[in-house]
Amino acid sequence: MWLYAARRLLMTIPIGLGVTIICFTLIYLAPGDPVQSLLPPDATASDVAMLRAAYGLDKPIPIQYLIWLGHAVTGDLGTSIQTQRPVLEEVTRALSNTISIAVISTVLAFAIALTLGVIAAYRSGGIVDRIATGVAVLGISVPSFWLGVVLVIIFAVELGWLPATGMGSDGSENFSFLHWDQAKYAILPIVTMTLTPLGIIMRTTRSSIAEVLAQDFIQTLRAKGLGKLAIMRHAIWNAMPQILAMLGLQLGYLIGGSILIETIFTWPGTGFLLNKAILTRDIPLLQGTILVLALAFVAINLLVDLVQTVVDPRIKRA
Amino acid sequence: MSTATTTERRFQTVPPGDPNDRGGKAQPMLIVENLRKYFPIHAGALNRRVAEVKAVDGVSFAVLKGETLGIVGESGCGKSTLARLLMHLLPKDAGDLIFDGETVGPGSTLSLKDLRRNLQMVFQDSYSSLNPRLPVEESIAYGPRVHGASRSQAKKTARELLDKVGLRPDLFGARYPHELSGGQKQRVNIARALALNPRMLILDEAVSALDKSVEAQVLNLLGYLKRHFNLTYLFISHDLHVVQYISDRVLVMYLGQIVEIGPVDAIYNRPKHPYTRALLNSRLSMNPNERVETAPLVGDPPNPINPPSGCRFRTRCPHAEAVCETRMPSLGRSTDRAAHLAACHMEDPASGHSLAGPPATSLPPVQIRQ
Amino acid sequence: MADLSLDTSGVTASPRGRRVRGYWANVWNRLRYDYVTLFFLTLIILIILTVIFAPWLAPLDPNKSSMAYRLKPVFYKQFMLGTDEQGRDILSRLIYGGRTSLMMGILPVVFATMIGGFFGVLAGYAGGKLNMVIMRSMDVFFAFPSVLLAVAISGSLGGGLINQLITLTVVLTPPLCRVAETSTSQIRSMDFVDAARASGASTLSIIFRHVLINVVSPVFVYASTLISASILLASGLSFLGLGVSPPTPDWGLMLSTLRQSIYVQPLVCALPGVAILITSIAFNLVSDGLRQAMDVKA
Repeated sequence: MWLYAARRLLMTIPIGLGVTIICFTLIYLAPGDPVQSLLPPDATASDVAMLRAAYGLDKPIPIQYLIWLGHAVTGDLGTSIQTQRPVLEEVTRALSNTISIAVISTVLAFAIALTLGVIAAYRSGGIVDRIATGVAVLGISVPSFWLGVVLVIIFAVELGWLPATGMGSDGSENFSFLHWDQAKYAILPIVTMTLTPLGIIMRTTRSSIAEVLAQDFIQTLRAKGLGKLAIMRHAIWNAMPQILAMLGLQLGYLIGGSILIETIFTWPGTGFLLNKAILTRDIPLLQGTILVLALAFVAINLLVDLVQTVVDPRIKRA
Repeated sequence: MSTATTTERRFQTVPPGDPNDRGGKAQPMLIVENLRKYFPIHAGALNRRVAEVKAVDGVSFAVLKGETLGIVGESGCGKSTLARLLMHLLPKDAGDLIFDGETVGPGSTLSLKDLRRNLQMVFQDSYSSLNPRLPVEESIAYGPRVHGASRSQAKKTARELLDKVGLRPDLFGARYPHELSGGQKQRVNIARALALNPRMLILDEAVSALDKSVEAQVLNLLGYLKRHFNLTYLFISHDLHVVQYISDRVLVMYLGQIVEIGPVDAIYNRPKHPYTRALLNSRLSMNPNERVETAPLVGDPPNPINPPSGCRFRTRCPHAEAVCETRMPSLGRSTDRAAHLAACHMEDPASGHSLAGPPATSLPPVQIRQ
Repeated sequence: MADLSLDTSGVTASPRGRRVRGYWANVWNRLRYDYVTLFFLTLIILIILTVIFAPWLAPLDPNKSSMAYRLKPVFYKQFMLGTDEQGRDILSRLIYGGRTSLMMGILPVVFATMIGGFFGVLAGYAGGKLNMVIMRSMDVFFAFPSVLLAVAISGSLGGGLINQLITLTVVLTPPLCRVAETSTSQIRSMDFVDAARASGASTLSIIFRHVLINVVSPVFVYASTLISASILLASGLSFLGLGVSPPTPDWGLMLSTLRQSIYVQPLVCALPGVAILITSIAFNLVSDGLRQAMDVKA
């Protein structure tokens, strides 16, 4: 098993490298000279050249990439132009904020989706099934940023129960899930974040279980006289690998794609950081954030794969 | 299905004056010389080639004009790989293929495209042998179109062939494969193979997937077509009865090699190789009084990745001796068309095997099964 | 002259002389009774027609702002759906905005299908090293969540219609390539492809005549499921300011600018999102229905 894990890790490295190359090259897609934008318009040519050399932008691109990569591996992702703080520090702080709501959302989505999906497959065609299908379609069709706005309208504007934006009344410094005063800021973001994974996981659960129930061995179990509940247990256990895989994937999507929701709720996570970096053209911050998020996604995928091999004995660990 | 035990069957030779004949009557239609195909196996952390599956290992034989050569063997003996190698669908690792006296490929008088016109294959009727999205007459017409026929001409050829194989073109031509039964699909397969007017057909398990009654119809159809179109057949199957019914000569394969070859009656009535004998002895009889109590052949065939040294059958052969481990027996060659050869040390007086000697006295006779 | 042992099953002529139906005819036959899918398909066609004929159907000028009529509620005088923060008619802006949003939904999928399909079929048919090179390159893009990739590319390229098109096409190409490759390798391993090779056909001929018709349907179905995702991504990018620039009407952009005013006219501010939601649901349900109709062996 560990050999397989090691081999998977080895295969991930080229992909990780590819990710770094893309992160690095993205910046060069940007129109305009990054150095020019940092200087006042009356800067002389020698000033420009000096600044260029200082940033190391006068070297050929592959060399720049390697230098950047070398720094990144040691944890030095540069300094944010806006805040003058190390990028890594900014990103890790924001990441913890994002992960907290993403994980809660995923767990919530999983719990609801599993329950509804199992009931829907159990009484296929019944009312729960229709509701579940409806929720699934909604989940994949709803624009998350719009849902956030709607929830804010309902709960903050009209009813005034929950705050509209922010992470805690004093910014994110005093945030804690344990105090209602602070925790209530997280409710709307979490609810908004939950809907899309809910829809997708429910769909996967329902179709996986339906697939398993259609297999021959289920007929054998029924012929042996096993009750419906016990059969469902077997079916769920067999469908688990697929469901868990989708779960991990959704968690990855939430962490990597949180920018829209965090923008709506001004939640200081990595998505919000990304938005800020784009608006202010803060190149080091942009590069660093994208890199960390992409690598996090790769890591989650790897984890999902490894969990799959443990849970699903059909996968060859050759 | 009757088996002719009293009279030895004669070959059906090509009638004189076959316009496509280039090599002459005596030239075998196909000569296979030392054909070899190994499949690499990749494993390990770096996906390196660690071993090879010796699917076809040094196979040599000839197919005579106008005959039906049957190839029998169990699963994994390499017969399907052999079929694909002969059709040039798989690249060979070593060996020569000579069709009607000419080698195939660049630097030769026979191009691959020309070979295709002469040698075609009928596939096993699985769901994948016909394109599910094309009406069957389009599937049949594809071959002629590739070689330059116009649309209407190709369609006309297709419809004629459908008629020849016993399917009414106006009723079946526009149908899709999923609207046909197994036997009908197989007729379409045969029609497709005949679309380019080939001189030789390779039939790879062509009747194996059919019900018995349909199988009989298709076999009769094959016989009719062979006479009508002057064809040569290479019939591959694992079904001993079918091969006996349709073949003039039979070739027995084991683990990528030929173990015995000869006229059908000689093989079925007087088999020389222990493997052939065991194979024939494992046929079940219709007579309930003649039950097979003990299995004539025990165990699974050994791994084609690591075949036994020397004679590959020695691990399951009741007559194995020391010489069988050290030296691989050879099939031998003969200029006689009706030669009955076996790759066994017992047939070779010079091998040193204790039972080697004049063939008539070496082994007890085989029970004849009806 | 045919063999006497003729296979007679199915020879009996049916009384009405049934004509053999083609594949698409069978698909349509199944779709005919799927009322949900038909309803939403009609809806989509209506939406598309509406945005195409926007100049004739929109009641007012979408760009005409008026300080007097800022943020009016629905059914206020001639403004059927109210006005935005600059006094422009929401309904007209929704209709015109639909042009951008639908274009951003459909065009990138079309381009991605062509590009991804090309590479996928190439990789699937060729196999071996070429397959590995193409698919590993695509895998690197798969390592990014789609929103992140879209934002990253868009953020670097800058805003604007063309850039958004490029971004979305790049994001959608890898999944389509993968579906095309899987489908093609499956077909490649089937016997009829070997039979086609055995007739001496060139690779190109085999691909066009035998492989493509089998690959087209799974790719097409998958592409249709991507349209709604593309619309969502596009409006998300516009929401972040990475799409078209004001004053061009665009659903995502409208949501973004109206967001400031949710305390004043909450209902009106939510409307652009409703448009996105309805369009997205419609495309999703239609592609689902299409998939079900095409899934069963015709």
